[in-house]
This record gives sequence, structure tokens and C-alpha cells, in this order.
Amino acid sequence: MKTKSNALKIAGRTSPARPQNGHPVVPLRERRLNFGTKWDYAPAPEESKNYVIAPRHELFINGKFVKPHSGKHFDSINPATEDPLTEIALGDEVDVDRAVKSARRAYEKVWSKMPGRERGKYLYRIARIIQEKSRELAVLESLDGGKPIKETRDVDLPLVAAHFFYHAGWADKLKYAFPGKTPQPLGVAGQIIPWNFPLLMAAWKIAPAIACGNTVVIKPSKTTSITLLRLAQIFQEAELPEGVVNVVTGVGETGTAIVKHPDVNKIAFTGSTEVGKQLAQMVVGTGKRITLELGGKAANIIFEDAPIDQAIEGIIAGIYFNMGHVCCAGSRLLVQESVFPTVVRKLRDRIQTLRLGNPLDKNTDIGAINNKPQLEKIRELVQSGVDEGAQLVQTRCTLPERGYWYPPTFLTGVTASHRVAQEEIFGPVLAVMTFRTPEEAVERANNTPYGLSAGVWTDKGSKIFKIVNQLRAGVVWANTFNKFDPTSPFGGYKESGFGREGGLQGLAAYCRLD
Amino acid sequence: MSTRLDVKKTYKLFIGGKFPRSESGRYLPAKSPAGGHLDNFAHASRKDFRDAVVAARAAVNGWSKATAYNRGQILYRAAEMLQNRAGELVNEVARSTGAGAAGAKREVTLAIDRLVYFAGWTDKYQQIFGSVNPVATSHFDFTTPEPTGVVVVLAPDEPSLLALVSLVAPVILSGNAAIVIASEKFPLPAATFAEILATSDLPGGVVNILTGKRAEFISHIAGHLDVNAIVDGAGNAELSAKLQAGTAINLKRYASRSLTTADWFATKAENPYWILDTVEFKTAWHPIGV
Repeated sequence: MKTKSNALKIAGRTSPARPQNGHPVVPLRERRLNFGTKWDYAPAPEESKNYVIAPRHELFINGKFVKPHSGKHFDSINPATEDPLTEIALGDEVDVDRAVKSARRAYEKVWSKMPGRERGKYLYRIARIIQEKSRELAVLESLDGGKPIKETRDVDLPLVAAHFFYHAGWADKLKYAFPGKTPQPLGVAGQIIPWNFPLLMAAWKIAPAIACGNTVVIKPSKTTSITLLRLAQIFQEAELPEGVVNVVTGVGETGTAIVKHPDVNKIAFTGSTEVGKQLAQMVVGTGKRITLELGGKAANIIFEDAPIDQAIEGIIAGIYFNMGHVCCAGSRLLVQESVFPTVVRKLRDRIQTLRLGNPLDKNTDIGAINNKPQLEKIRELVQSGVDEGAQLVQTRCTLPERGYWYPPTFLTGVTASHRVAQEEIFGPVLAVMTFRTPEEAVERANNTPYGLSAGVWTDKGSKIFKIVNQLRAGVVWANTFNKFDPTSPFGGYKESGFGREGGLQGLAAYCRLD
Repeated sequence: MSTRLDVKKTYKLFIGGKFPRSESGRYLPAKSPAGGHLDNFAHASRKDFRDAVVAARAAVNGWSKATAYNRGQILYRAAEMLQNRAGELVNEVARSTGAGAAGAKREVTLAIDRLVYFAGWTDKYQQIFGSVNPVATSHFDFTTPEPTGVVVVLAPDEPSLLALVSLVAPVILSGNAAIVIASEKFPLPAATFAEILATSDLPGGVVNILTGKRAEFISHIAGHLDVNAIVDGAGNAELSAKLQAGTAINLKRYASRSLTTADWFATKAENPYWILDTVEFKTAWHPIGV
């Protein structure tokens, strides 16, 4: 942790925020809304003991679970308790090569030759089994990633199943997606996914790839491998032909081995802009196709004529959903000056009602931060915001003794040059800024190398269209935020990457049009 | 009887709707296939390229906000101007490439027809490639293509004019502004094309044309942070790799157009999917309710 001063403790384990000399820290000592302390919620944990996590997880290659070439495994822990959950195989380039060979064989012998209608039926089968095992997968996702069960159960898992269901239907209708063309599969797709939505990102990648006739080698993030390996068991249960999807768990080098493998035809990556640029460099001159879904620093613009109470809910959903571990999170709040006091007051009240704690508790709004380096990054960036003169507002809640936690936070008095206004924090931290005119709002919103998403709140319809049109972002939510659907393409402008995932436009990433 | 001396001109660059000489003061001689000296043309520098990016960026704002109908009319107007001055272009192609009058005429007329073809796409590609998305929640959700911004286009040597038009039209029809690096071997048709474009209604800066040595521009194109995309029709693997390295700097979009000379004359070069290489899809959501 690169904090400049140990004296200033922000979000320590027991005392979230204390005013410090020279630092305008604004802790919330008084509560107008006392839900959190006056009315204690009885624990309401989701049952988890029925779901057994095997002590060791192997690689999934050619339809079978196999030991890694290295013979090594690494611990996967529960970020809410720091207890080890299981051991995950450490895949290396030998394993990647095996997986690519298996995918190539499956592509040439089986998958590319199979009629689209039959391919589609496998996806339908997979979707149905996911729906059946939805609760188990949600529990595993919460245990492994620290995500609140409310979100894994009600958002992640329904969308995972929906992605397979939606793309299943495309498998035999692709010629209608590309008028005048006969789309062909690309071959073997190498896919690398992040830890924020482990199973959902796997679905976003695998479903369109195999629906379009490609085969897959996929690598989950080091900290969240369990649910993807459980999905591999579902592929076995669905009798998906061997080698159509291969899972190689591991670390960064494992992903690099996939990207560099000469027999991979397409790379799909979701993760940081920094790594995305490195991968883009690696495929130069190889002829490999690449799509990148990278970081963001979304502006959420609140006009004075917005429905303020709805907007507050949208701000909350925009930044505190999934602890802010969302590439499209509405992490920069732009408030029109005239409503700034109202918005900040309501926001202060509202964040105190967010319940932080056991991810498996059905009442939990804020779960655990996914991993320790991320927690340190959040702390460091918040510290930089305070050091640069922003005012800190945090909920006064007790953080659990063990695990990685960060309370819902926002910073006011942020200027465009502050690091918290420029860098992706990827945590429950909102940077609040103001503007006077719509032109200024657009200018500020677009003043970032990123361009993944944005939000706009106003009751005036013509203003919505005008602002939506001017924002340089791939997804714009008007009077709503953080909505996702398999029929709706997702992806960024500028340094948030290229290519789209989902919907009609997302199919292009997995088809060759000659 | 005294013989009249021809007036020779030096072909200049086309930046922001104006015709500057290279700021470097450099020029190069254009040669006929037989090796005779035709005319001199400007040898653009890195600074000229950077000026062109500034001009293109300034033009994007207005051009991308012009209605699709208006952009279609302006591109059609450009075709009208080309038709009117086809003889001039035929002469330029013929004397530069040695194609012969018939061959040059074929290239020029096809270039005009191709411009008409793409002019018609300005108000249609959104309907073909955009969508209304049937999301499972109570939202109205739609996806529309928007221009990505400033696009660098590298034209191949042959056919120097037809390929240039076929590459630029799908870039600008959606509202992008283009900086064209013209054929190094046959720059004069491109320079004359610029002079004709300047008399159409195309706003200054929407198309900028630089002549000179292609390889000198490559690292500056790849490294420029205000370039959004590269459309590479130069067909040179080494230059292509260097250009693609630019994607790693600011994630520029890169599209390769490796066509044979015959392909440029075929329908393969009338591909509306090319439009999609320099647009961004924007998806907007709004709740449905009372």
C-alpha cells in the first residue's frame, strides 16, 4: 500500500473515517435514517452447506478434468473470510497447447461440421441445466468472489442462462444476421475473463463463440475459477462434444500463452486497459482477430430536471452494484450545480442504508472486495483523492474482522485532474463533480481516454436524445443504470476497447464474412 | 511562328479545404512510366500530417452532425463534379500510369459510380446494421452506429484513384473525417481528385490528402493519439505491422484492405460492411413506464 501517511486511516477495520488535521474528511456520525443500527436485521444466510466444493480442481481439457503439466495448484480463498475454499490447477503453456489442440480437433472433426440447428440444441441444453443449478452456482459465485447472493442469484445467474438461451437460437440463423454474406466460424477462440462477473463473463464469451461454430480455450481469473469449472461439469452433463470448450486455469502467464499460441484464431479479452493494450501488441502481424472489453470511468450526469429520487437509486446502482467491481460503473457523478446540495444530502442518507457483510446473507448489499491487491488499490486511490483535496464521505459501518472489505464511499470537491476522476478505481467509490450547462456536462463526461458507458438523468425527452447522442460511450443508460441483456450489445469507444458483446452486433466478433 | 511554353504546376497538399505546400518546403518529381518528368508534387512531412489531423478533428464535429440525407447529397454532388471533370482525371491517370485512354476512362468512370454507390448508403446503413433490442426488462433499448472520428486511409498504388475513392467513401459517409496518404507511385490523380473535391460541397477538412513517401508517415500515424482508426489499403505487410502497433498505444481501430488490382474493379470493393470498420455502436437504454 503506497499511502503517503499512516496517520490518516481511511476505512480501517473498525473506524471507517475520522477527521484529520488538514484533511477535510467528513464522516457520517449522525444518521437521519437509522435502519442500520436501530433496527438490526436478523441474519438471513442462504443455505450453502448442501453444496460441496471439491478440495482440488483440475483443468478441463478435451472433455475431461486433467492434472496440470506443472503438477502445481494454488489456493482459491473466500474473500469474505480469507479461508481457503479449494486448490486450483496452475496451467502453463504445455496445458494451453493441449487445450488448443483439443479445441482444434473438436473444431475440425465435429463442431464446424455440425449443422447450426444441432449446435443450437446443445446451447439450449446448457441453458436449461444452468437454470436448474442456478442456486448452487449463485452460492458458489458468492463464496468464491465475495459478491452478495442477492446479486448472483437475481442478476448474474439469470443472465448467464439467458446468454446461452439467446445465442442458442442464433446458431442456425446466422445468415440473417449478416445480409448479403455467408458467415463462417473463425476457428479456435482464446478467451480471458476477469474476476468481477466470473460466470457471466464466461457466458458472454462462450455462448456466442460456440453458437457461431467456433471452439474455445478459456481462462478464468486466478481468484475466481470455481464456477467456470462447475460450468465445465455442466458441459459434460449436456454431452457437449469433447474439446468444444476447454478451461485452463492459472495466472497471467497462462493467459499470455493462450494469446501467443499460433493455432488460436481469435482472442477475446475482458479486463484492464493496461493488459488489453499488451495483448493488442502481442497479436500484431499474426492475423489473429481480437476484441477487447476494457476499463471505464463512466460519467453519470444528473440534470436539475431529473427525477431526483430515482436518480439517487440509479447512482447507488451505478457505483455500489457488485462493490463497484464493474467496468461500466458510474464512477464519476456529474451533478448540475442547482441540485448539488439535494443530491449530496440524499446520497449521504442513502449510502447509510446499504448493508455490508456476509455475501451469503440475503439482505447484504455490499459484499467483500474480491482480492487483497484490489482492496489496496482502492485504499490508495481514495487516499490520493483526500490528499488532492477532495472531501471524503463514508458510511459508518463496522467492517468484519476477517476478509477484504471497503465501505460505500463518495468524494465531493473532486476536480477533473484528480486521480479519482481519471483512473478506474474498480471499487465502491464515487467521485462527485458539478457542472452548470449541458455543454459542460458533455465536455466533462467525454474528458477521459475511456468510453465504455455513461448515464444521463432528466425528465426531458429531447434532452436525453441530445445528450445520449453527444456522449462518446458504447452504452448509455438514460434514467436507469447498469442494465444488461443478452440481446443488447455491450462494448466501448476509445480506450475502453473494441468490438461488441451480445446482441446482433456481438455476433460479428465470432464470424468471418468472405 | 513562336511556340508557346506550357505552364507547369506543382501539385500541393489538401488540408482543411485549402491547398498548402508542405511546411517542409520539400517536393518530389512525378514521373511518367517512360521515365519522363511530369510535374512536381508536395512531399508532405510529419508536421503536415499533424496539421491534417487537426483539420480533420475540426471537421468531424460538423460533418458527423450533418443529416444523413445531407451527407448523401454532398457525396452525390462530389460524383457530379467528378463526372464533369472526368476528362481531366482520365488524362491524369493515363499520363501517370500509362494505362491508356480506355483503361484510364474505365478507372475514372468506375470511381464515379462507386461514389454514387456509397452516397446511397449514408441514410441506409443504420437501418441495416443498427437494431432495436428486445430486452427482457421494461426498457426501450436500441443500438445505432456512430462515426468513430478521425480516420487515416492509406491508398495503394494501383489503381491509385479508384482504390482511393473506394476506401474513402465508406469512411466519410458515416460522418468521419479522413486523412488520405495517397499512392506514392502515382500521386497526381489523387492530387487532381483533391482539386475537384474542393469545388464540391464537401466541408473543408472532411477529406485531407497528403502526397509524399508513405513509409515516412507510418510511425506518426501509429503514434498519434488523436487518430481513432486506420484503414490500410497499402497492402504492405511490414508497414501494416507497424501501423497495428498503434492499436497498442491508444487502441486505434485497424482495418486491412488487401485487394488485388482486379478486385478493386470488382464488386468486392463495394462492400457496405467496410462502413462498420470506422463506426462505433452505441446502445441506449430507457425505462418504459408512466
